[in-house]
Amino acid sequence: MAQTPQVALARDESHLISEAKAGNYAAFEELVNRYEKKIYRLGMNITGNREDAEDVLQEAFLKAFEHLPEFREDSRFYTWVVRIAVNEALMKLRKRRSSREVPMESQEDDSGEVVVREFADWKPNPEQVFAQVELERILQTAANSLPPGFRTVFYLRDVEGLSTEETAEVLNLSVGAVKARLFRARLRLREELSKIFKRGANS
Amino acid sequence: MKCNKAIKELSAYLDGELDAELRQTLEAHLTYCNHCHAVYDTTKKTIELYCDGKLFSLPEDVRARLHDALRRKLQECK
Ligand SMILES: [Zn+2]
Repeated sequence: MAQTPQVALARDESHLISEAKAGNYAAFEELVNRYEKKIYRLGMNITGNREDAEDVLQEAFLKAFEHLPEFREDSRFYTWVVRIAVNEALMKLRKRRSSREVPMESQEDDSGEVVVREFADWKPNPEQVFAQVELERILQTAANSLPPGFRTVFYLRDVEGLSTEETAEVLNLSVGAVKARLFRARLRLREELSKIFKRGANS
Repeated sequence: MKCNKAIKELSAYLDGELDAELRQTLEAHLTYCNHCHAVYDTTKKTIELYCDGKLFSLPEDVRARLHDALRRKLQECK
């Protein structure tokens, strides 16, 4: 019987994991190859700078390697590595907090009204209008205007594609809190980007 | 449906979590209300921009240092 590619990939992955657990380095490296790009991007997105993102990337995979015997295959390997990486990234932010006071959580509570201010449509195709470096800077500036606890929810759900439940588990939040934060994060990012991309804005 | 109610349901709508009745009411509102439609549309674009795989790509030297570090770790463990 024909397998769907996803089923085949999942089987293949559990094979790689047992090989890696048995000390096959090539198998572990194959797992790293699969997810290194995503983990680097996650580090960039949460910490907001290259140096920290590189540290997060290295620490996440070194720790994954070290703790591989403790990994239980009832969860996805990717989710497990994401959890390790998120912890590393948030730790970086906490360390940096002493110099520049960045609240981990928003002062506003999760349930209050969201006020929407920008109602204009955007100019078409900002990804073609702006150079890649410029676009990265715009997206990062907008993300940095959110408390880390909110932008992390946004990245895990909307960029990394984790489910609400997986995100809740990774961040030790309730499902309701994940949904409330996602809602706020999406609208606030949209509002920040609207200031730059809306029709009529001079760019 | 009023605009603030529509905005409140937008996120759940994007995630396909609304029941059929609420979804239809919201879709009707989005058809006729320019403001909410723009918010809906630009929220979707916001997500798409952040998902663009070309952004924040892993530099080759960063990747090389990761694999070096892993190999060193392996040597220690042997
Ligand atoms: Zn409306």
